[in-house]
Amino acid sequence: MTETPLLSVRNLVLGVVRRGRPSTIIVDDVTFDVAQGELFGIVGESGSGKSLTLRAIAGLLPGGVEIISGSVEYKGRNFTSMTSGERRALMGPEIAMIFQDPMTALNPVVRVGEQIAEGPRRHLGLSKKDAMDLAISMMAKTGIPDPIRRAKAYPHELSGGLRQRIMIAMALSCRPKILLCDEPTTALDVTLQHQVLGLLEEMCANFGTALIFVTHDLAVVNETCKKVAVMYAGRIVESGPVRSVLRDPRHPYTKGLLDSAPDFDHPDRMLKSIPGFPPNLANRSVGCSFAPRCEFAQPECVASSPQLEEVGPDRLSACFEKFTIFEGAHA
Amino acid sequence: MTTPTAVLVKFKQSRRAANSRSLKRWYQNGPLLAGMIIVGIVVVVAVFAPLISPYDPIKQDLLSTLQSPSSAHWLGTDKLGRDVLSRLMWGARVDLRIGFLAVLIPFVFGSIIGALAGYFGGWFDVVVMRIVDVFFAFPFYVIVIALVFVFGSGETSIYLAIAVVSWVAYAKIVRGEVIVAKTQDYVTAARLGGMSHMRILVRHIGPNVLSQVIIYAMSDIVMDIMAIVTLGYLGLGIAPPTPEWGSMILDGQEFITTQWQQATIPGLMVVVMSLGLSWIGDGLSDLLSPDRRK
Amino acid sequence: MSDVPALKVSAIVKTYHVGTALTNIFKGRKNRHTTLTALAGVDLELRRGEILALVGESGSGKSTLAKILVRSIRPTSGELFYGGRLVPAKRTKDATRRIQIVFQDPYSSLNPRLTVKAMLAELLILHKIVPRREVRAESIRLLNRVGLEESALDAYPSQFSGGQRQRLAIARALAVRPDILIADEPVSALDVSVQATILELLTSLQRELGLSILFIGHNLAVVQHLSQRVAVMYLGRIVEVANTEDLFANPRHPYTRALIESVPRMTERVEDEFVIKGEPPSPLNLPQGCRFHPRCPYAVDACRTTDPPLMHVEDWHESACLRFEELPAFSSVRAR
Repeated sequence: MTETPLLSVRNLVLGVVRRGRPSTIIVDDVTFDVAQGELFGIVGESGSGKSLTLRAIAGLLPGGVEIISGSVEYKGRNFTSMTSGERRALMGPEIAMIFQDPMTALNPVVRVGEQIAEGPRRHLGLSKKDAMDLAISMMAKTGIPDPIRRAKAYPHELSGGLRQRIMIAMALSCRPKILLCDEPTTALDVTLQHQVLGLLEEMCANFGTALIFVTHDLAVVNETCKKVAVMYAGRIVESGPVRSVLRDPRHPYTKGLLDSAPDFDHPDRMLKSIPGFPPNLANRSVGCSFAPRCEFAQPECVASSPQLEEVGPDRLSACFEKFTIFEGAHA
Repeated sequence: MTTPTAVLVKFKQSRRAANSRSLKRWYQNGPLLAGMIIVGIVVVVAVFAPLISPYDPIKQDLLSTLQSPSSAHWLGTDKLGRDVLSRLMWGARVDLRIGFLAVLIPFVFGSIIGALAGYFGGWFDVVVMRIVDVFFAFPFYVIVIALVFVFGSGETSIYLAIAVVSWVAYAKIVRGEVIVAKTQDYVTAARLGGMSHMRILVRHIGPNVLSQVIIYAMSDIVMDIMAIVTLGYLGLGIAPPTPEWGSMILDGQEFITTQWQQATIPGLMVVVMSLGLSWIGDGLSDLLSPDRRK
Repeated sequence: MSDVPALKVSAIVKTYHVGTALTNIFKGRKNRHTTLTALAGVDLELRRGEILALVGESGSGKSTLAKILVRSIRPTSGELFYGGRLVPAKRTKDATRRIQIVFQDPYSSLNPRLTVKAMLAELLILHKIVPRREVRAESIRLLNRVGLEESALDAYPSQFSGGQRQRLAIARALAVRPDILIADEPVSALDVSVQATILELLTSLQRELGLSILFIGHNLAVVQHLSQRVAVMYLGRIVEVANTEDLFANPRHPYTRALIESVPRMTERVEDEFVIKGEPPSPLNLPQGCRFHPRCPYAVDACRTTDPPLMHVEDWHESACLRFEELPAFSSVRAR
């Protein structure tokens, strides 16, 4: 990509810090770029570090977890060297986030209309009335029926689907350049998930917003994103354009995920689960963290850890056997 | 399918980790450790008081009353010439014994009543909880003092008075815990396993709610010791001349300006004991709260 | 396979009174209760040795039905037949044994203070499944059956991962030798890479032990992979039942179709021709007529007045849509 990326995460390392010293590395050497308007997915299972990576970008790391090294640059400005005030000024007009559970992100005692209007008032300097008008129009855009009446409701008076729409309206009210999504549809039923994903896609296209979408569901990534990074045990093991990664995986973990999830379009395919368990991050081995579960593992996989290397146009994989093992498998 | 060996490997690892973690949790648990040291010292002194106390705690020596601390009497003597340090040691025996024993009856009785009410609900629950509310609404000391007047002062009536008053707290706590525990899926599974209500209550729910009650019992011992001392101070507790911290404070207070240690040291002991037991309670609640994960 | 279903529920209704009594008294309303309808007349047969999937979104009543089947709640009305015989309201120990359940949450479903050995032995002894001296051997056999090793016997639940806990829950259910297993979203809380092993285990239990399994789920890809038949629930009613292949190839209820269209797919996305709008109405206030009509693009006047029962479409296929014959052809099958 020739243009400068909107957001660039460089060698990000996150760790649990105890008594001033890093004890466990939970996100290790994560690097990726997100361009203007790009739809970027991060896939992984629980404990892969996908949500923490996202939270590091948003500056919302939970207590005890800190950035050990690496940088997050937004439009060339490094987050890690900013004051918290400067960071906060970015959250809203430049970067916004939506969560899995809207109930925890919305203030239960403030009417939803006011909650949406708060951002535009603070960041865009709108008057109270203008901000409320904007809030109502955002609610209408996100497909909330009867937005004028609903704006006066409290979060608990709305259904889960509507709350998720409120959160999207709130996140997009200042037209951010990047929308961070942490499993936004996992708690929703399928028909609502379908509606919300469609809405996200449409809104991002309209506003030119880039999306960083964290999920465990490969099919959701397939339908929502254009680029994807697969994370395992705190590292990116494979990345590239969604279609080519999911059609022709170049890392055994990606392949394992694809083989273990039932595919709606191929119901008769045998499922093949990944044997074993994710490694204990507190005592990492020197080798590839996937090696103990990998059917293709070679002696070198246990001896040293493979780095991300190019395996095709815009594609990276961190596997020593990346070129040999899948030949013909998905061609 | 996961290969059984892989399952086995992971399982053994986590087991070892769990063991070392629980050990670590014991000695890294600051409050628990500090509390156990404090209470431990007091308990050891109390148990061995007959051996280590320098004087007989009730033997009067009217020739050497109200002495200031000296090498012969580290904490001086009281108005009847009794050694304050010895009385303090023997007093710990009485106060701790009553404190710990007085917790037992309400603990057992209250827990059973609360468990039955919480598990079965219905009219039994309604009736029990109304009774509990009545006891709860009563001021603690008013009941205790009234009962001591009825039954006369002395150890038995203190046990009785405390039992009557404090079972309600156990009933409330256990009832709440049982109500939560009985909605857990493992209780439904036990029902489906054809087990009787009693069996489920005792074997499946009981162990899961017990830790909360034990934690409360620690703070209840504190309250009981306070109650005994207060009763002693009010002259309603253990009859003299048996040494007891509360009556020592009462005896010492008239000389507070000249012989400050006589009232202050027993008072301080009450505070230290309370602190130690409270720390143990805090530490235990960290340690025993079931690791529900997530 | 005998014609008598392993389990049959007939006209099960479950309503709750939601007590807003006080405000209603102040407002002078006559009807002091608001009624929440969780199940509005459910008929369902679980055939011997099949995996029947029950799908639906939250609030559809599928978990309520599961709880009624294992008697953890009582239905307001309706009957339950086990092997053709009516199950009395108060089940005997033996009747209870025959229907077991595996729950969604592998953490709250195992008693944290009981070792695996104690958990299994208690059941084996209580039901006299094996003589006392064989209890240990039988426990080991059960563990091996679900893919765990003997050494698990002395461990506590907290020492296992989510997937292993789900295996333990299955072993516990199998210990009393049931005929019917209710699996209430057993893989929803698990990671994708672990899900497959549990699904495989369920299939092998069906094949090798002849268990009849009612699998409750919301992931249609999982359901399609696992089950022989599917029942679709919407707002306390079953709206369509069919053999799995049939249901996905030729859905005869608009809601089923909406569900299928909503499944995230691994294929190229096609522009939806069929989108349902909005969210399910509140079960406190069900619409008149067909409960799906407010969201249904095919609704006609008749749908607003008539509440359709399940109707025969073809062999083994029933739908509760008045217009099931007129719905346009549709197939979920997409080419890669």
